[in-house]
Amino acid sequence: MAFFLETLLGGLMAGMLYSLVALGFVLIFKASGVFNFAQGAMVLFAALAMARFAEWVPGWLGLESKYLGNVIAFVLAAALMFVLAWLIERLVLRHLVNQEGVTLLMATLGITYFLDGFGQTIFGSAIYKIDVGMPKEPVFLLQGTFQGGVLVNLEDVYAACVATLLVALLSLFFQKTSTGRALRAVADDHQAAQSVGIPLNRIWVIVWFVAGITALVAGIIWGSKLGVQFSLTTVALRALPVIILGGLTSVPGAIIGGLIIGVGEKLSEVYLGPFVGGGIEIWFAYMLALVFLLFRPQGLFGEKIIDRV
Amino acid sequence: MSAKKIGDVVLDVKNISLSFGGVKALADISFDVREHEVRAIIGPNGAGKSSMLNCINGVYTPQQGTISFMGQTFDHMDSHQVAVMGIARTFQNLALFKGMSVIDNIMTGRNLRIKSNLFWQALRIGPAQREEERHREFVEHIIDFLEIQAYRKTPVGQLPYGLQKRVDLGRALAMEPRVLLLDEPMAGMNVEEKQDMCRFVLDVNQEYGTTVVLIEHDMSVVMDISDRVVVLDYGKKIGDGTPDEVRNNKEVISAYLGISH
Repeated sequence: MAFFLETLLGGLMAGMLYSLVALGFVLIFKASGVFNFAQGAMVLFAALAMARFAEWVPGWLGLESKYLGNVIAFVLAAALMFVLAWLIERLVLRHLVNQEGVTLLMATLGITYFLDGFGQTIFGSAIYKIDVGMPKEPVFLLQGTFQGGVLVNLEDVYAACVATLLVALLSLFFQKTSTGRALRAVADDHQAAQSVGIPLNRIWVIVWFVAGITALVAGIIWGSKLGVQFSLTTVALRALPVIILGGLTSVPGAIIGGLIIGVGEKLSEVYLGPFVGGGIEIWFAYMLALVFLLFRPQGLFGEKIIDRV
Repeated sequence: MSAKKIGDVVLDVKNISLSFGGVKALADISFDVREHEVRAIIGPNGAGKSSMLNCINGVYTPQQGTISFMGQTFDHMDSHQVAVMGIARTFQNLALFKGMSVIDNIMTGRNLRIKSNLFWQALRIGPAQREEERHREFVEHIIDFLEIQAYRKTPVGQLPYGLQKRVDLGRALAMEPRVLLLDEPMAGMNVEEKQDMCRFVLDVNQEYGTTVVLIEHDMSVVMDISDRVVVLDYGKKIGDGTPDEVRNNKEVISAYLGISH
């Protein structure tokens, strides 16, 4: 039982990171109808920026405190994501308004390769550490209930708290501010939003920036666990089944979908793996997504598309 | 409509031509709209009424002609700029934010008037909170006016068609526009709903002095509530004047009834 709980918790932690990446996809898709293939590249780019700025900033400013260095690095990385959002709107999206979804998807593919290359050119392509002072030591919980207790990484718990906080802030922003209301309006109907004077261009910059921030947070959490390296971009591929599961237009869907995939991966690996020779973790998510595509193509929470004929 | 004073020309459309590929949607259309009047654009299906409205609103860019609004002349309008200048519109095929509540839909109409920045909005304190409350109060007036109090929090996607039309009007009213463009506000409504909508449009026009440009193909409705009428047919202007003048215009009669004279 303790082992089951450990596996479950491990899955939830992994799933939470998938959720964060999937959230980036959903935000951009909702507001602009663009399937942003570059979300994974944005995670890598943001994480690289964070790692390298944290390394460089103390040298530039002669700072002693690592804490302050990290804070400044985070602000710089966030600013960089803002510039990136602004450039993407200026150079790409603005010229592709009202184009086919496929055209926009191809454009984001281009952005993906550009970001992969550009990020490694300016920040380097080695493996970098992000050290934001997350505790590394494991703790044992419920020692009274189970023999030996349940092993939990304190780092994962912190990460979960940060992710929850981010999601809470985002929903506050979307539901309670007039900018958030404008974002939801744009997501529902571009033309009507324009008719009441909501500036589409500015909204797109905001949305891509918010997606950039979720990428940054995901990148920092992932990077501080496993180091920042090119393989981070594959996290985005893990987020694809999450979106299929949760629905491309649903924020809660992205979160719950991520958790289901994370838990499913770990549990299936441990409990089904031995019967088929292991390796389930790698393809489990995609199989689950396939099943969903067959029986519930709009995902758990997505809007059912009803076409008038 | 006696108390109302009709003012100077606010919107002046000159020689507008618009074509899509080989199809000429509008050919050399000119007309003006005076302040505080109800100006109707009528015509059979496919006459180019909605295209005309979309040119004024900046959705389409006409190949020829100019549009002047309050003394400023434009070759083409920009959707955002149009909203800033005080022109609001409703849509023929409802373009509401379906997932959002009635209040939120109408609140989006206040978007341009919200001044406090994002940071204060997020914290909901001080001036931002007071501002939000002030706008909310204004929106409540509109909700009362349109008699949709009971549906405040309902997602508009769940409302019946006639009520959605009202929300669409409410969102446009929330902008406190100088000119209100209504694209077939009575389309698909039953007699009772049409009467309600007529009453709302006339009340807005008379109480707030809002200039109304109205598209309709139901002749009877238009003749009752408009001050002046433009008639389009196959992208051409075939009549312009008071309802009585238009009613007796031979070209208009033949366009509507299809008889040769």
